[in-house]
Amino acid sequence: MSQLLTNYYEAASVILFGIGFMNLLLQNNLIKKFIGLNIMDTATYLFLAAKGYVFGRIAPILTNGIIDAEYYINPIPAGLVLTGIVVSVSVTAFSLALVLRLYKHYGTLNMDEILRMVREEEGE
Amino acid sequence: MSENKSFWAKLKSWIDGDEVIINADEYISTRERKDKVIGENMLGEKHAPAEKLRANSTLYRVLSVGITVCFIVVMLGVVMDLPMFGDPGSITNNEVAARYLEKGIEETGAINFVAGMILDYRAFDTFGESNVLFMAVVAVLMLLQRDKKNVSAVEDKEMAEDEVFDGQDSKIILQKGAKVLAPIVILYGIYVVLNGHLSPGGGFSGGSIIGAGLILFSAANGHKKMQTFFTVKTLTKISVACLLTYCGCKSYSFFTGANHVGWEIPKGTPGDLLSSGFILPLNICVGLVVACTMYGFYALFTKGEI
Amino acid sequence: MSDFSIMIQMILVVFLIISAIGVSVTKNLFMAVIVFMGYSSIMAIVWLFLEAPDLAITEAAVGAGVDTVLFFLTLKKVHALKGTREG
Repeated sequence: MSQLLTNYYEAASVILFGIGFMNLLLQNNLIKKFIGLNIMDTATYLFLAAKGYVFGRIAPILTNGIIDAEYYINPIPAGLVLTGIVVSVSVTAFSLALVLRLYKHYGTLNMDEILRMVREEEGE
Repeated sequence: MSENKSFWAKLKSWIDGDEVIINADEYISTRERKDKVIGENMLGEKHAPAEKLRANSTLYRVLSVGITVCFIVVMLGVVMDLPMFGDPGSITNNEVAARYLEKGIEETGAINFVAGMILDYRAFDTFGESNVLFMAVVAVLMLLQRDKKNVSAVEDKEMAEDEVFDGQDSKIILQKGAKVLAPIVILYGIYVVLNGHLSPGGGFSGGSIIGAGLILFSAANGHKKMQTFFTVKTLTKISVACLLTYCGCKSYSFFTGANHVGWEIPKGTPGDLLSSGFILPLNICVGLVVACTMYGFYALFTKGEI
Repeated sequence: MSDFSIMIQMILVVFLIISAIGVSVTKNLFMAVIVFMGYSSIMAIVWLFLEAPDLAITEAAVGAGVDTVLFFLTLKKVHALKGTREG
C-alpha cells in the first residue's frame, strides 16, 4: 500500500484510465464517449512521463553547459508523448466529424437510439 | 476495351464520390427488399422485445463495470511492483537515454534534447505523424465540406441566420480584443517554432499556438475576411510543400547513411538561432503543417469550408 | 524533492481524478466540456512538475485550446448549447 503512495502518478494514471474506459463503455452520449477516450489518452501519457522522471534532475535542456546523463531526466517519454498529444487532437477532430455526420442522418447523439434506428433500417 | 472504359468510368465516379453501382438490377432489388422489411417492422412484427434488449443492456453494464474494476485492481497490483517513482536506478533510465543526453549536442547541435531526439534521431516517426495530421484534415474535409451533395435546407437557414448575427456589432469586445491579442499570439507561436531547438517548444506546440491565433482572428473578423488570404488551396499548398521538404531533407540523410556524408550540414555553435543542421527547417515545416491543420479543423467545423 | 512539492503534486493528482469523475457523472454536456478543459489545464501543470516543459506548452495549446473549441463547435452544431438555438 505504501508503494501505491510512492508511485502515486502511476496509480492515478491507472485509475484515470479506468474512468475513461468506463466512460467509453457506459456513456450513451457520443460526445461524452469521446471525452472518455481523451481521458484514456492523457492517462497513458501521464504513466509514460512519470516513468521518465528522476528525483533531483532537471528538464532535458542544456543548462550551465553540463553534458552529463546524470544531470537530466529521461528525454524519451517526452518525445513519445509530444507526438501522441498532437495525434490525439486529430483523432478527436475526426471522430467529432463522424459524430456530426451521424447527427445529420439520425438527428440524435444517443447511441441506443442510433443503434435502434440502424436495426430498423436493416430490418433485423 | 469497353470493359476497360467502364473501369475508368467507375474509378472516376468513385473518386467523385458517387455511389458505384456494379449491378444495377441487383441493387434495385436489394433496395426494394429493405424497404419491404422496414414496412414489416412498422407493423411491429419483427421487433426484438423491449424486455430482452433491456436485459442485454443490464448484463452489458454489469460486465463492463466488472471488467473495468478487475482491470484497475490488476493494474494497481502491477504498479505496486514497479520501480519507485523517481528512482535513478530505474530500468527505464537505460543506455539509450544516456546516449541521447551525452552525444546529443555533438551529433545534432540542438540544446533542447527532446527536439534533437524527435527531429534527428527519430525524424521518420515525426514525419509519419505530420502525415497523420494532413490525412486527418483531408478526412474531415471529406466528411464535413459543404458541396452540392452535403446540404440541407435547415442548415442553410441556420447559416444565413449566423451570417446576419455576425454582421451586427454584437462582437465588439471580441473584435477589439482580437485586434490586440491575435498578432501577439501568432508572434509567440512563431517564436516558439523558431526557438524549438533552443528552448521548450518546437513545431508541434508552436504550430498549435499559431493555429489558435488564426482561430481567434477568424472568430473575431469573420470567415470571409480569413478567406482573402487562407483558402483550401493555400492549406493544400503549404501542407504538401512542407511535407515534401521534410521528406527531401530526411531522404538525403537516409541515403547518405544518416550521417549527412558528402555535404556536411553545418551544425553551428550550439545555442545560436541558426544552428543544429536540419532541425530548424524541419521545425518550421512541422509547425506550418500543424497550424494549417488546426485552423482547417476550426473552419470545417464552423462553416464547412476552409 | 521537498515534502511540500510532493503534497502539491498529490493534490493536483486528486484534482485530476475528481475532474475525470465529474466529466463522467454530469448530465450537462456544456459542463462536461468545461470540466474537461480544466482537466487539461491541470494536466499542463502536472507536466511542469514532471520536468517536461515541451509537453506543458503543447497540452495547454492543444488540450485546453483547440480540443475545447472543437467540442464546443460540435455542441453548437447539434444544438446542445442553451441560449444559442435549442433543439
